[in-house]
Amino acid sequence: METEAAVRSLTDTMAKFTAYIGKHLPTDVEEKLKELRSRETQPLAKAIYASMAENQDAANKLDRPSCQDTGVIQYFITAGAKFPLLGELANILRNATVEATRDAPLRHNAVETFVEKNTGTNTGTKVPWLDWEIVPDDDGVTIDVYMAGGGCTLPGRATVLMPGQGYEGVTDFVFDVITSRGVNACPPLLVGVGVSTAVETAARLSKKALMRPIGSHHPDPGAAKMERLLEDGLNELGIGPQGLTGNASVMGVNIESSARHPSTIGVAVSTGCWAHRRGRIRISADLAYEIDSHEGVVL
Amino acid sequence: MNMKILTTPIKDEDLADLNVGDVVYLTGHIVTCRDVAHRRLIELKRELPVDLQGGAIFHAGPIVRKLDGGKFEMVAIGPTTSMRMEKFERDFIKETGVKLIVGKGGMGPETEAGCKEYKAVHAIFPGGCAVLAATQVEEIEGAEWQDLGMPETLWVNRVREFGPLIISIDTKGNNLIEQNKAQFNAKKSAIVDRISSQVRFIK
Repeated sequence: METEAAVRSLTDTMAKFTAYIGKHLPTDVEEKLKELRSRETQPLAKAIYASMAENQDAANKLDRPSCQDTGVIQYFITAGAKFPLLGELANILRNATVEATRDAPLRHNAVETFVEKNTGTNTGTKVPWLDWEIVPDDDGVTIDVYMAGGGCTLPGRATVLMPGQGYEGVTDFVFDVITSRGVNACPPLLVGVGVSTAVETAARLSKKALMRPIGSHHPDPGAAKMERLLEDGLNELGIGPQGLTGNASVMGVNIESSARHPSTIGVAVSTGCWAHRRGRIRISADLAYEIDSHEGVVL
Repeated sequence: MNMKILTTPIKDEDLADLNVGDVVYLTGHIVTCRDVAHRRLIELKRELPVDLQGGAIFHAGPIVRKLDGGKFEMVAIGPTTSMRMEKFERDFIKETGVKLIVGKGGMGPETEAGCKEYKAVHAIFPGGCAVLAATQVEEIEGAEWQDLGMPETLWVNRVREFGPLIISIDTKGNNLIEQNKAQFNAKKSAIVDRISSQVRFIK
């Protein structure tokens, strides 16, 4: 394929996929919500779960974004160093955002800071936001598309603890964020926790944690145990859908971590709302695609 | 559960018997009004281009499609986080005479006081249910302050049986989400202590 045709083809795929994830929840989220709904016993909470399911059906039938807040578009890119369009990819994703915004349609969510004007295209300075990881000896690319609304972005917090506060301090921090601010962020939430050195490293990991499927676990047994303890503990609070109380609070807790400086524990929490709109697509060198997050999709 | 349909213009007596946790629906008009509209009225002292006396506002920034002929179609309109308007809401209620504030999540003591003093209520529309809400909008009758862009424009919606709306602050100043938060916080420390004893990885 000529480069120009290849760029057009990948732009088209990414525009369609971006629009698609605003309208359909990923399979793991759908299944988790079904499970939580079936286990719910409180009447008001059951009614809210019913409204949520009715909404997703309507979005599907009417081909519309299921939530009006389609976020500032974020792409988490894991690119093979030999991917043929590596140099073109940033522009491709920018144009895909413009096209998805027009065709879906998505809400205009890029406000230029200081100028304080909405650009009307969902693109602006460093927006869509791109997060890059380069993998050697690979000629494909995996892209996670994420639409986080303002509601579930607001609770996000990061801090640096002293080692004396330990993982006990991490636990306390997670609970504080969820009970004080998570209640308004459209629970049941997916909670992403980053454990690292500094605010920015922990914050990035906490967002990457939200890209992991519900029910997946951290490879370290201690961290995996902490994920389960936090999930069970948060559920015991009984925050329920929309904070109106219920049998559950969260869809899950995912922890991502790095090695840390011996003197600090950086910790961050990011929250995903129940309408956790993310999608994972793998593109091979010949631009064929495979969608991991949503079952049975043809774009 | 006490179920009821409110119709705009809403009178004080329509709200007197409502309590937190009740579910109501709205027929009539509801105007989207969020961060910048609140700031313009309260801080910048600009006059709102819409009369809200006895009316309803929706903390929401919808997706709207412009149709041929200058009309607009409501595509998706779910609630946004009401707490962002806490700073302004008490004065907003006083200035406008608005009776029903619809949004998502709780609001704080200032809104509580405003609802009690000027007889208004705050209600929660289930967050994320934006297409459900859009199908309850019969027509967009007006669009004011379009210079603010799609999310912040004041969209004047005619709605029928718009809901469910869960009353979260009533005219007596009861606050459902604050009550719930107190309940969550009361449970929290015992759970945190229990988990902490199992995550002493630094030895």
